Parts: sequence; C-alpha cells; structure tokens
Amino acid sequence: MTLGQIALWGLVVGLVMSLVVITGFAYTTLLERKVLARMQARVGPNRAGYIPLPGRGKQEKKLLAGFMQPAADAVKLFFKEDPTPAKADWLVYNLAPMLAVIPAILILGVIPWAGKIPGLVPEQYDYFAIVPGLDVAALFVLAVTSIGVYGVVLAGWASNSKYAVLGGIRASAQMISYELAMSLSLLVPVMIANSMDLGVIVAAQKGQWFIFLQPVAAIVFCIAALAELQRAPFDLLEAEQELSAGFNVEYAGMRFGMFFMAEYMKMISFSAIAATLFFGGYRGPFVDQVPVLGFVYLFIKIFIGLFLMIWIRATFPRLRYDQLMLFGWKVLLPISVVNFLVVAVFIVLAEEGLFAPILSFFGF
Amino acid sequence: MIAELAKGMGITLKHFFQTPVTIQYPDVQRPVRNRFKGRHELKRYDNGLEKCIGCSLCAAACPADAIFVEAAENTDDERYSPGERFARVYEINMLRCIFCGYCEDACPTEAIVLEHNYELSFYDRQSAIYTKDMLIVDVPVNGRPTPQVVEPGVFTKAIPEMENPA
Repeated sequence: MTLGQIALWGLVVGLVMSLVVITGFAYTTLLERKVLARMQARVGPNRAGYIPLPGRGKQEKKLLAGFMQPAADAVKLFFKEDPTPAKADWLVYNLAPMLAVIPAILILGVIPWAGKIPGLVPEQYDYFAIVPGLDVAALFVLAVTSIGVYGVVLAGWASNSKYAVLGGIRASAQMISYELAMSLSLLVPVMIANSMDLGVIVAAQKGQWFIFLQPVAAIVFCIAALAELQRAPFDLLEAEQELSAGFNVEYAGMRFGMFFMAEYMKMISFSAIAATLFFGGYRGPFVDQVPVLGFVYLFIKIFIGLFLMIWIRATFPRLRYDQLMLFGWKVLLPISVVNFLVVAVFIVLAEEGLFAPILSFFGF
Repeated sequence: MIAELAKGMGITLKHFFQTPVTIQYPDVQRPVRNRFKGRHELKRYDNGLEKCIGCSLCAAACPADAIFVEAAENTDDERYSPGERFARVYEINMLRCIFCGYCEDACPTEAIVLEHNYELSFYDRQSAIYTKDMLIVDVPVNGRPTPQVVEPGVFTKAIPEMENPA
C-alpha cells in the first residue's frame, strides 16, 4: 500500500469509527440513565420506543423500553433555543464546546480495536486502529486529554458568569492535579512493554494482563482517569448543588449537548485506554485465531468500564474540594511516583541480570 | 476504608437487581383512599332525578368562593329534582376550589360529593370551570334522564324520604 492509500484508508476508517462512537455516546447516556435509575429503585426513561410483548393480564410487557430516548434527546437539543449571553465572549463561547468535543474524539484515533485482520488492515501494521503504528500513542493520549481542559475552562470564562468561571477554575485545578498521577501510572505499562505504541502494549499483555503485574498502577490510573473525566465522585466542577452545573450553566441546546458529548465520549475512550493499558486491550480467548473477536472483547471491556463508572457515580457522594486536592497531591501522586520508581529500578535490575540467580534458584 | 467503599458499592448493586418501586402513573393508577377528596360530583336519586335543589348553601359555605349556583323553578312537565327548585346553573371553579369539603357538609340533600378523580389540569382558565354537565353523574340504570314528566303532586318535598345517614 502506498502512503496515499493508507491515508484514504485512515479517513474512511476514522469516519466509520467516529460514527460508531457517536452512536455509542448516545447510548452511553441511555445506559447511564437506566443503570442509575435501577440503582436508585427507579425505572429510568422508558417512554420513547419499546417493543411490546404480550404479557399476562391487562399490562403488556415492554422490551427495551426507552431505546429511542437518545434520538429524542438529540432532536430536542437541536431544536431548542440556543442563546448567547449578551456579555459573553462570542467567539470563545462558541468555540469552547467544539474544543471540548474534538479531543474526546481524537483520543479514539490511537486505540487498537482488533488484531491483524487480513484485508482490513494495511499489511505493514499489526493491529486495527484508525491511526495504527503511531509510536508515540501513549504520549498522544496524554497530550490530547490535556487539551480537553481548555474546552471547559474557556467555556467557563467566556460565558461571563460567576458560577461558570468557578466551575472552569475548579476544572483546571483538578485536571492538573490528577494528570500527574495519571501520566505516571500510564508510564508503567509503557515501561514494561518498552514501547509507547498502544498496539505493542496490547501485544505485550499476551498471557498476562498488566493489572496482575501492576495492580497499583492500574488502580491509580482508574481513579485518576475518573477525576480527569470529572465523573462522580470527582464531579465538583459541575456540582449542581453549589455551582448550578458549573462551566456549562450558560449553554443551551446542542452546544450544551456537546459538553455532554465530550464527557461521554471521553468515558468511552478512557475505558478503552484503561482496557488497552491494563486489561489486555482487544485480547481474549481465541483472538489470535479469529482477529475480529478483538472488537467484541474491547467492546465488552469498554462496557464493563462504563458500568463501573456509572456504578461509582450511583454509590459515592461528591468529594469536597480540599479532600479532592488532598487526595490527588498527598495520596495518589506519592503512590504513583514510588510505584513508578520501583518499577523503573526493577526493570533496570532485571535487564542487568540481577534476578537471574534468584529466579534460577526457584527453578525458572 | 476499602471495606466501607465495597460495602457501599454492594448496596447499590443490590438495588440494581431489585424491582423498581416506580408506579407507571398514567398506565397504572394507584387507588386513592375511600375518604379522598377529589373532584366533585352531583348525585342523582335512583329514579334519575337530581339531588341538587339549587339552595346555594354550598356556595355560601365555600371558603374559596368557588361555587356558583343559579336556581330555577321545577314544574311537573319539566322536573329536574324533587321539590320546588333545581340548579339551572351549577359551576365550580377548580382553580379556586381548595377541596375542603365544606360544600359536601353544607348540602342538605347530599347532592354534592367530593369523589376520587384528581386528574384536574387545564390548558386555560375557561376549561377550569366545571359546569353542571361535567359534574353530574350518569343516570342510574333504572332511572330516567332529566327533565322528566311526572304526575302532579308526587314531588312536593325538596328532600324525599332518605335513610338516616347515621
């Protein structure tokens, strides 16, 4: 394949995957609403679209109740009035939602979705991704997630509202604090696999997932990712009770929807990244024989990640701001630094052959 | 700390597998209590005659001034209720009504009763005024609709023989 063909292939795959993920985002909102509702002994949205099943008695049973709710939400958001506050910074105010969404979609570019599928992956690459073979993929993920905070901060600043700006400031402080812990724990699988290419990291997890090698890094990464996503219990930049929804308080219509799009897309992409780094990515039983199964396994892992996030949201109350900072700087960061150093030293010692006598003593 | 966190997660997971307590309101209606005070109804006797005699005591008793009654004379050719008069106009403004039930207490013939309908919502003020047609119950099985033609001299009393409500 020539470079031009690969670029065209990337465009087509990117378009298809973006559409898939946008649909996935819409249904993530439904999943969140349904699961949250059930955990609170409610029913959740069940009016928009269902498959009627004949049941006993007068009441007919409804299957998949509410599966058209995302479509209804989208139509509603598109047709709502979308005002700009009089004293808002017009350009930044309109740019901020896009700045929030675009990084959320960009992260998906580097996630390996499946192994080498003949005919679907260019022959020089070993795995299926929108941008396969990017040798700085892990760095790319970190860089792009950092851009995401600009959307939030600029939205808060540009809407010229006290609540919004407070939410934006909280967002920036929180993201800076937790990004350190997240990057340091992200470096651990990078060091073990000896590559920043996410496909190589997945390939290195053949046989053993990195969560079994490095449970500390995995847990720190998951917690920090939760904070990075501004999900409960770290959702205090959109604290409804204190800030009346924080940075997006002045937004309405689809621009408001775009912030939610960004949040849910990031939920999906962070689940995918966590799965890639620590939970074996697209790997699973028989994935080497049938590479298409990679999509299924990654989908299942993303689904479990999303379910966990919603479960945590349903369970834990929001942290106070000082608790958040304390937890980020005094607990997560030292743990990840120490873990990082220990792993680095061990890897060097192992490469120097220091463990060989001990291992041979135990019969390896 | 981890144990407590896990315990909390367990509680939410337990609820996840329980049946929701939600009552799907428009589809499933929870029955109200027997003495629930909902929308008024104007009752009839078994022969179809209206119980209301247009005395306006309900209107007088109403603390919210929600009831308007205009009486007219019965004749034997065109009889609505026993006795002399009937309610030609009977209107209740549901936006004013506070559902206190004083009208029920004041009524000498037990014509107005607060029943169990609580689905009172309107698109405009005009439709919040319930007229006599909307308030009066259907004619009983063996009764005749009003106005009736009756034999002269049968209905001389406003309140016919009724058993003591004890």
